[in-house]
Amino acid sequence: MDKQKVKFLNDKADDIRKLIIEMIGRLGVGHVGGSLSIVELLTVLYYDKAKIDPSAPNDPDRDRIVLSKGHAGPALYSVLADKGYFPLEKIRTLNQPGTDLPSHCDMNKTVGVDMTAGSLGQGLSCAVGMALAGKIDKKDYHVYAIIGDGESQEGQIWEAMMYAGNMGLDNLTIFLDNNKMQIDDYTANINSVEPFDKKCEAFNLRAERIDGHDVAAIAGAIDRAHAAKGKCTCVVLDTIKGYGVPFAVSKGVGSHSFSISEAEWREFCNKEAD
Amino acid sequence: MQDTKEMREVYCESLIEMAKTNKDIVVVEADLMNCIKTGPFKKAYPDRFFDVGVAEANMIGISAGLATCGKITFCSSFATFATRRCFDQIFISVAYSKQNVKIVGTDPGICAEINGGTHMPFEDMGIMRCVPDMVCVEPTDCAMLKSLMPQIAAYKGAVYIRLFRKKTEKVFEDGAQFDLFKAFTIKQGHDVTIVASGIMVDRAVKAAALLKDKGVDAEVINVYTWKPIDEETIVRSLTKTGAVVVAENHNVFNGLTSAVSEVAARRCPVPVESVSVKDQFGEVGKMPYLSDRYGLNVGNIVDAAIKAVSRKR
Repeated sequence: MDKQKVKFLNDKADDIRKLIIEMIGRLGVGHVGGSLSIVELLTVLYYDKAKIDPSAPNDPDRDRIVLSKGHAGPALYSVLADKGYFPLEKIRTLNQPGTDLPSHCDMNKTVGVDMTAGSLGQGLSCAVGMALAGKIDKKDYHVYAIIGDGESQEGQIWEAMMYAGNMGLDNLTIFLDNNKMQIDDYTANINSVEPFDKKCEAFNLRAERIDGHDVAAIAGAIDRAHAAKGKCTCVVLDTIKGYGVPFAVSKGVGSHSFSISEAEWREFCNKEAD
Repeated sequence: MQDTKEMREVYCESLIEMAKTNKDIVVVEADLMNCIKTGPFKKAYPDRFFDVGVAEANMIGISAGLATCGKITFCSSFATFATRRCFDQIFISVAYSKQNVKIVGTDPGICAEINGGTHMPFEDMGIMRCVPDMVCVEPTDCAMLKSLMPQIAAYKGAVYIRLFRKKTEKVFEDGAQFDLFKAFTIKQGHDVTIVASGIMVDRAVKAAALLKDKGVDAEVINVYTWKPIDEETIVRSLTKTGAVVVAENHNVFNGLTSAVSEVAARRCPVPVESVSVKDQFGEVGKMPYLSDRYGLNVGNIVDAAIKAVSRKR
């Protein structure tokens, strides 16, 4: 990836981070940490790799992006708003009565959301179904599924992994947001999901592990996943919960969901009073 | 008289027939293809058939994902595993997400026979009835299943189909037509209404004949679609007869007795009697034994009808 593109994507990721903090900050509380850890991934997908068109959100030939860790909705909403799926001002409605932007992603409420998720473990199976539909219809769209490490303690993740691996679904790429924390503690202290890449390989998937905040590395991993015919790929993204926002990272395990003061978000976003 | 065909044969034939003209019909199984006998569909349309193995939650999620891409997915398992085993997947990935998935639960209630308590669903319709927008239907025999299958496929939304797999009692003539969203009045009567579903329909018809000898003129209504329930047919009948017996191969809680009682309580309060399983688990046995065990015989319906009539003011 050329330097110009890397800079563009990194700058975009910075913008998305600010939108996330503004969105949650205006509400006062939300899932901050796990939204911030997938910003580089969403940026590479929506601004570089995925075949999507904000003016045709239901195009049957589009790539699908399933955010199985649905509590990271604010990250996805920020990207969708910035891409023009809906007006940017809508981010101010997060979790307000009657909003189209609920805590957890809802495909029937938010334009551009490909699958409803929030009850952990379910989205990956749905992504497998989308990939199978692509095979039936001989379409060349690709399905990208984003799962969490805590989420991967759900058995259904492994039901879906096993089937995706055995079916050789090369039109599905799975990303693990390995931010190493869950609500109660560090994932390793609760019930470790490592070695995740080795588990995937044992399930007949192709696996690799990269720095989840390196946009060039993410783009490269996607290219390799596309090139791996007859194999479903899982990319383990080593990430930091709350990445890019010091007051989130410093909360550690507490960064999953916490309150943000007006002063905090305005300072981070460099925004004066409305 | 028994049907000449098994209901699963009609199920698979209908799927194949529909798939000829509808490229979106897809079948997903969880290692019970050889029980529901969808093998002929797999043979005819291998690209549109998936067996995910013993993983019902994954079966439901995959079905929902296929549906987001325009597929009409029929998936199945024993009713216990097709409902309570994967309830949250049905609730969120299918129903809350508004996906066009048809879930088939076989071997309802005592039909599970010697598979016993682990496999004997007296609660499946109750569970599915709690899911907003879920259509819940129990086709009575082969003729009805054949009539309803195209309607189920054409309906855009989630449907739960409670299916007797094997040869059941033949109630309706071949070629009979039914409306998915209407109840069917089998016999008119004036003294008491018997609302029945599934294997209890044939028993209700037999009970009505015995009641006639006792001077009780019973109306028999087959409510096969429990949700949304055909309120108008029920209200019209209960207003006329003034008493009702509900006969279901299901727990008295949350099933057809509950559904009919909800209508009666709101719109035409009358005495309600129930021939059903009274909050019990299943156990092994053949159908005659289990019918005695849970009180699901013709005689139980007759007794309940006489009691209901006696409670009329």
